[in-house]
Amino acid sequence: MEELLHQLSAGFSSGCIYACLALSLVLIYQATGHVNFAQGEMATFATYVASVLLGLGLPYWVAFAGAVAVAFAGGMLVQVVLVRPVQKAPVLSAVAVYIGLLVIFNSVAGWIWGFMSRDFPSPFASWNGIGGSYISGHSLGVLAVTLCVMTAVALFFRLTTVGLAMRAAAVNPLSSSLLGIPVARTLALGWGMAAAVGAVSGILAAPILYLDPNMMGGLLLYGFAGALLGGISNPWGAALGGVLVGLIENLAGAYLVGTELKLLLALALIVGVLLFKPHGLFGLRTVSRV
Amino acid sequence: MNTLVRAMHARALQTGRRGASLIRPAAWLIALAAAAVPFFLGDYQAFQCAQLLILAIALLGLNVLTGYTGQISLGHGAFFALGAYFSVVLMGHAAVPYWLAIPLAALLCFGCGLLFGWPALRLEGPYLALITFALAVAVPTLLKHDALSFWTGGVQGISIDRDPPPAFWHLGLDHWLYLLCLAWAVLLFWAVNNLVRSRVGRALVAIRESGVAASAMGINRPLYAALAFGISALITGTAGALSALAAQFVSPDSFPPFLSISFLVGLVVGGVARPAGPVIGAVFLYAMPKVAEDVSKGAPWAIYGITLLLVVYLMPNGLSGIFDRFKR
Repeated sequence: MEELLHQLSAGFSSGCIYACLALSLVLIYQATGHVNFAQGEMATFATYVASVLLGLGLPYWVAFAGAVAVAFAGGMLVQVVLVRPVQKAPVLSAVAVYIGLLVIFNSVAGWIWGFMSRDFPSPFASWNGIGGSYISGHSLGVLAVTLCVMTAVALFFRLTTVGLAMRAAAVNPLSSSLLGIPVARTLALGWGMAAAVGAVSGILAAPILYLDPNMMGGLLLYGFAGALLGGISNPWGAALGGVLVGLIENLAGAYLVGTELKLLLALALIVGVLLFKPHGLFGLRTVSRV
Repeated sequence: MNTLVRAMHARALQTGRRGASLIRPAAWLIALAAAAVPFFLGDYQAFQCAQLLILAIALLGLNVLTGYTGQISLGHGAFFALGAYFSVVLMGHAAVPYWLAIPLAALLCFGCGLLFGWPALRLEGPYLALITFALAVAVPTLLKHDALSFWTGGVQGISIDRDPPPAFWHLGLDHWLYLLCLAWAVLLFWAVNNLVRSRVGRALVAIRESGVAASAMGINRPLYAALAFGISALITGTAGALSALAAQFVSPDSFPPFLSISFLVGLVVGGVARPAGPVIGAVFLYAMPKVAEDVSKGAPWAIYGITLLLVVYLMPNGLSGIFDRFKR
């Protein structure tokens, strides 16, 4: 029983991290129909920036905000300089660009900061967990931050004019631009937000996984599995899917398949969802035109 | 820029027609010349040339799926690995001779590709790329797993002995390997070339141009797409089997996820949906690590990434697009 509670809490907190990553994938997918393969690597890069800022002696939350801001600006820059030219190109060109970005971010991070794993502090280490050691302080903190991010993104899309414009641009770019919405700029903004949310997931994951250039490689797949399970057309579904994947992964890793095959489990989950519920649990059925 | 990208898209329809009169004899001449090459090379160079051919075959497999059918795979390293392991296990456990183990491994890969492709091809574009990448990450961990270690040898991998060449052959093992690879390369390139011009090939190109329109025209899209996945896995699996024979050793760590990425990089740089693309891509992949090490010791992979970006922006037809200018 104790073991089960431990697994549940571990699964839940990694699930929150997957949820952030799934949300950042869906943000870009909704607006452009693209999946940014470099999302994980960009998040790792931002986490390194946070680590450098912490090394300068800045307080944790200042470093956190700084890294997220750098990620936001970096995401917009990447979109404007590199992604915009392939926006209307065949999918293969876009995927090739994302692969190129992935390789570059990974390689440059390793070049600047080395491939050794580093410690990364958690600001929630001093928090008391619930029920003794069942839920650690960091897990609670991850949950809190994830909820804040989700709420902020939700409110942004619901309540602000810019958010409304972004939703409109995602649904119908042509009509939106006729209505005077600067579609290109909203896309850049969407990329910036996705990179910022991704950076949060990287910073939350680093105390658990230790920081190294390949940290997010596996996480991206879990985030993708989560997005797919929840429904790639629905941000909240995707986030919930991320949490579910975290729980499934930890429980199955502990009781069913062993830790080595966890990744294979994510793959099986993806294939299973595709076979039996292609639109995910909460996704919308889409119809495409010729 | 966009017109160039569109040209990239509209290209394959021409591939069938273009240069049938001139290109074909030229291709056979090159193959003949390539057969004569080992007589002028040392052992090590022959071995290197064999490696190059193996890479070209692997990229050819990817070209069938990604180039002609338009379905992106970031997981072909997995089929490369499976081909290698199948052939080694067949040779080691079932005492199958090497010349038979290669086609058998290829057939098994065909089955695996079909099985994986059927559900995976419900996804399109980037999502297909992601799930195939998951495959590339998952297969090495599966090969390491204890439950399979009786066959796979676990983390250590398996060594095999290369059979001696037939008695009449006096030029050495590496030259024989080279000729074996060349024979497979010629066979497979010829087969793919014919496939693309056939009814099936036109169906594949139609699926790439517009999946919905293709099904509206009566093409059984899931069937043909899965078939393309199977054929593609077969070809890349053959390359894997040949590579196991060349290295005389397989281990899970010989097939990192980056191998799959490098296949796609090679194909895009060489030229997607081009007959010569896989060959040029293979040369690029083979020569690049050395160049990259020279340019930047710290971040050799960044050179790959930058080259990839440059090719996408400046040469959407890949390096083989350069030759088009001379043709006009």
